[in-house]
Amino acid sequence: MKYAGIARVLLASAAGAVLCGAANAAEVEVVHWWTSGGENAAVSVFADEFEAQTEHEWADTAIAGGTNARAAVMQRILGGDAPAAAQFNSGRQYEELIEGGLLLDLTELAEREGWRDFIRPESILTNACEKDGRVWCVPVNIHSWQWGWASIPVFEQSGVPIPTNLQQFLEAAPKIQQAGFIPFAIGGETWQHTGAFNVALVGIVGKENYYRLFRDRDADYARSPEVATVFETWRELTSYTDEASANRNWNDTTNLVISDRAAMQIMGDWARGEFAVAGKVPGVDYECIPGPSDTPFLTTDGDIFLFPKQDDPEVEAAQLELASLMISPRVQALFNVAKGSLPVRADVDMSLADSCMRKGLALLDDPNTVLTALNRFVTEDTTGQLNDLFAEFSFNQGLSVADAQERFAGIIETAD
Amino acid sequence: MIMVSVGVFVFGIIYSVLLSFTNAKLFPKFNFIGLDQYERLWGETRWLVSVENIWIFGVLIIVFQMTLGYLLAVFIDQRIKQEDAFRTIFLYPFSMSLVVTGLVWQWMLDPNLGFSSAMQKLGFESFVFAPLVHQSTAIYGLVMGGVWNGVGVTMAILLAGLRGIDAEIWRATRVDGIPAWRAYLYIALPMIRGALATALILQCTSIVRVYDLVIAMTQGGPGIATQMPAIFVIEHITNRQNVALGMAAASMMLLPIVVLLAIKSAADWHAKSRREQRAA
Repeated sequence: MKYAGIARVLLASAAGAVLCGAANAAEVEVVHWWTSGGENAAVSVFADEFEAQTEHEWADTAIAGGTNARAAVMQRILGGDAPAAAQFNSGRQYEELIEGGLLLDLTELAEREGWRDFIRPESILTNACEKDGRVWCVPVNIHSWQWGWASIPVFEQSGVPIPTNLQQFLEAAPKIQQAGFIPFAIGGETWQHTGAFNVALVGIVGKENYYRLFRDRDADYARSPEVATVFETWRELTSYTDEASANRNWNDTTNLVISDRAAMQIMGDWARGEFAVAGKVPGVDYECIPGPSDTPFLTTDGDIFLFPKQDDPEVEAAQLELASLMISPRVQALFNVAKGSLPVRADVDMSLADSCMRKGLALLDDPNTVLTALNRFVTEDTTGQLNDLFAEFSFNQGLSVADAQERFAGIIETAD
Repeated sequence: MIMVSVGVFVFGIIYSVLLSFTNAKLFPKFNFIGLDQYERLWGETRWLVSVENIWIFGVLIIVFQMTLGYLLAVFIDQRIKQEDAFRTIFLYPFSMSLVVTGLVWQWMLDPNLGFSSAMQKLGFESFVFAPLVHQSTAIYGLVMGGVWNGVGVTMAILLAGLRGIDAEIWRATRVDGIPAWRAYLYIALPMIRGALATALILQCTSIVRVYDLVIAMTQGGPGIATQMPAIFVIEHITNRQNVALGMAAASMMLLPIVVLLAIKSAADWHAKSRREQRAA
């Protein structure tokens, strides 16, 4: 690998000497996990704009599944064959890469363009991308997990109103089931269970108690009757799912709601991209329910791109150009409309926003309804333990509420 | 060759075991913390489930592959017509990667696509056969895929063993009027010990490292019902960024093999010293 790198540098400099003054086009390999229909439409915005606005080339490496993609990037960086750009979720997933000095420092670019002045909420830059005053990554969108996606025809045909919170949904679920629909759609990937469980959790216990659990690691609170209620609610919710959920991806699950076979899915706002690709209209074909709770909160985490260090200065120049492009107003608008997420800057043209996006933007404007996401507080290791626990709790009826809660408290206690 | 073996195996194993006593996260760091990782490992439900699963999976795979493999070998040994065609059919699944095998079986066992829906469309409305979607039966679905994939190789090895038996012996059994099934069970089987041992070792190695089949069929689910030790190791050293815990799990996977080897070499040494005593 190293020799290949050196050879590339030699070749590039030789070519540079011959074609003195010619355009310095470089190929930028970008690793991401945007493979579903809506996601693909979104990442194409980056690729097309990058190739149109610069002379560089976008080399697409899509790896299905976030955990797989991140693992591949980690291994390639450690193995000395780092891609030029890689998608991560904001949080602690890449803190060791920063500490190890393996990433390109973006501070200069960020200061020149004044990222700190237009990125909002400011925390998505300072918490996710800054370390010791240096900038190491580019936030590209704001995603929030706290959404229920409901099929309007299913609720109409079952003769129940669209719920605004989980309690109402649970009351309506038996009728939906009788009408021959799947009341609660969820897939088999373990992160789906952690994500949706935490949505239910924050909807029931509220923001302060959520912080008590994950930020303050209050294991006594994790053992409290209030948290037991969350586990009981979750058990009831998962009893309304269908047989085939065990092996299903999130987007196939969303498709059950899109095709009016299931009533509701709890999933982050990236699901909206799937509805958009299917040509569905919010308020007519489907409804987005913030929360699903009467006091909804939204997490403001999203995707970031980081740029592993390269030994070719031309690739490095192209990396900086890509970083600058990703955060520019035009690309932010186009990308986020396709992706279903919210832009990281307020000064973009959002006349294209649909009713769901407007609901989200309204919640974002109020700092009290903005919530810090789980992966800011815990490492991938702890997230993994939670994934195992919640997925087992969903599928294994033999695991009692009390035992699951005790194991949850144990994970909170020992998290680092 | 020797250099590579020593480098990869001996050095790699020592390095892995050493790492398991540290608190290394993403990068290997030698900050020793004693047995903490092992303590956490044996407290993790997922690891306990994985260990239980590999025993269930392993025993069932060996029993089914040996039995079916031998039956198929005996069947082909009857000098049937189209022997080559049958041998190819039985051996064919092995030429497919376990990922493809896993996906094919996942589809066949899917309640909305495979067997179940086919039978329901034929009129058996209440027919349900979908082991993969229940956490208590999913492991048996994996066994089906695994046996289907591997039984051909067992058959091929055992058939080679059967073909190696001297024709005189078969003639003698016929002269003595021994029924064919008894001849295969009591005479042929002990004579192909070598072939049986080869098949067993191949099966054991494929069981210990089972990974892709599970990923393709169930992703370790429903929940964590079909997790395996190899998945635990790989997931912890990659996306969970806890190399030390992964290495602790890998060391635990190595342990039974080391114990078996130790017992075997002790037995060999004992037998050798007894022989020497007798000679002296």
